[in-house]
Amino acid sequence: MIQADDLIKIYKTRTGKRIAVNGVSFHVKEGEFFSFLGPNGAGKTTTIGMMVALLSPTSGRIKIDNLDVTKYPHEVRQRIGIIFQDPSLDDRLTAWENLEFHGRLYGIPGPARKKRSEFLMEVMGLSDRRHDLVRTFSGGMKRRLEIVRGLVHAPRLLILDEPTLGLDPHSRRNVWEYIHTVRKEVGMTVFLTTHYLEEADGSDRVAIINQGKIVALDSPERLKKSLGPEVLILKVQDKEAFRNYLFDCYPSITEAIREEEGGQLSFPMPQERAESPWEFLRSLPFPILEASIRRPNLDDVFIRYTGQGLADGGQGKNSGGDQ
Amino acid sequence: MTEKVMDQWSLVLPSTQPPLADRMTRDLGGIYTLWLRDVIRLWRDRIRLVGSFIQPLLFLFILGGGLSPRLGALGGARGGQSLGYQDFLFPGIVGMSVLFTASFAGVAIVWDREVGFLKEVLVAPLSRTAVVIGKILGGATNSVVQGSLILALMPLFHLHPHLGQIAGAFLVMILIGLTQTSVGILLGVRMTSSQGFMVLMNFIILPLFFLSGALYPLDRLPSWLSLASRLDPMTYGVDLLRHALTGIHYFSVATDLLTLGGFLLVISFLSVHLFNKTD
Repeated sequence: MIQADDLIKIYKTRTGKRIAVNGVSFHVKEGEFFSFLGPNGAGKTTTIGMMVALLSPTSGRIKIDNLDVTKYPHEVRQRIGIIFQDPSLDDRLTAWENLEFHGRLYGIPGPARKKRSEFLMEVMGLSDRRHDLVRTFSGGMKRRLEIVRGLVHAPRLLILDEPTLGLDPHSRRNVWEYIHTVRKEVGMTVFLTTHYLEEADGSDRVAIINQGKIVALDSPERLKKSLGPEVLILKVQDKEAFRNYLFDCYPSITEAIREEEGGQLSFPMPQERAESPWEFLRSLPFPILEASIRRPNLDDVFIRYTGQGLADGGQGKNSGGDQ
Repeated sequence: MTEKVMDQWSLVLPSTQPPLADRMTRDLGGIYTLWLRDVIRLWRDRIRLVGSFIQPLLFLFILGGGLSPRLGALGGARGGQSLGYQDFLFPGIVGMSVLFTASFAGVAIVWDREVGFLKEVLVAPLSRTAVVIGKILGGATNSVVQGSLILALMPLFHLHPHLGQIAGAFLVMILIGLTQTSVGILLGVRMTSSQGFMVLMNFIILPLFFLSGALYPLDRLPSWLSLASRLDPMTYGVDLLRHALTGIHYFSVATDLLTLGGFLLVISFLSVHLFNKTD
């Protein structure tokens, strides 16, 4: 469905140039739920801009449904439904008028437009508000309406750019429930960008993107497994000495060591050691004040591949824990 | 219900560039859609229509009513009959009303950018040319409706155009509306703040209005003012309107039409060109 090969996008700025996307390649299969996980400014939205022909790549190529985006921009757009990061509804029109507008712009004939709009409004739980002005809608309802709108022209690919940005936790969960429902009903390919781990966790495959580059790409399960089965969280007396010891003895995990809020150090169980975490703990020449174990999550994966947490903003390449 | 919808779901999509005729149809549909949206919004905001009715009334009844008794009959260089000032002023104020409304129609594109709606339009399978044309038509419609409200006051004045002349006046309002909306859109294409647009527009709109001959006859002007008036494209629109409604005119219909039409073509071409190059 999506074939991106070595995409590069360089912006000219006043002070020189900024590389927003630096050699990104990925292929998304038909029907797949694919995520871009990365901090703000990682190049996610720029990549989407190139997918919908709003931006032209500085170099590289991108094909959607086997069509070159630069050569066939309108044919590609006809196949894409997109939910932008920022709201893009006309709030002086009613929900229904927004859908009509969209359907007409995409050349969908009246009866099909009406049928799909009604069906999708039903699925997204908006039927009873269809003739209300959009300005009276809550943030979550606007998002759901945008998703309905993005699907009215029956796209093969749905692009969700940070679809829950700015929503409260309750609305976020609610919007996701609806996204899963509509995906089950309609079954299109989904391309998601997010910096929320739990959102990427539900996808078939995740590309972790940082500073314009994909640093890891696999299913969430495999990415987590690549860290080993456990993450250890330890509290010791002399943190720095312990950190140095880990650097010296277990180079494979140096990138992934992170300081937790309570001052503990967390890191995946080193794969140099074949024995159990218990054995590993006993082998450490430090008194352990506190120890706990948990399964790796995508945040650990992110730290492992980028040297920092998602919340840290993804700028430098130092370890992210020195708060 | 679900099954029926799913039937319609698999749309047959062309896999390569469709023939020119298909692309034209798609763009025409898009132009109509953009226009329709502006009309719906106009209808929804009809209070605003009434609000912008006030200013022309001030000109007509206070400026016109105040000056009329002191000014003798005004005639045109080419027009046969002479008229009182208020009657002379009337076509100019119809033109003003179209001019002002059309100018600020350009702000719509800036608003759309500000609230994010422009992106929805830009990712649609539609050429940028169609987007600009749709916006120009929408803005022009808005301004012609506004102008018609003033035109409807005609029975209050000593003007007796026949139906053909009124139809002519409508065509001229459309032409002025298209031209001035294009100017607004040309300015709005690159702008990101509607406040900035308003400030800029105020700089442009008043000279256009004052120089257009809406308020005074164009013969016997000091030469610098005469030259400035001739450089103002609005002059030819007001001249046409006055010609249609009163018979008074300073230029030939051909001169008026060619100047105004030529200006419209250049400005709308520039808007399309600039919009095509904007990210």
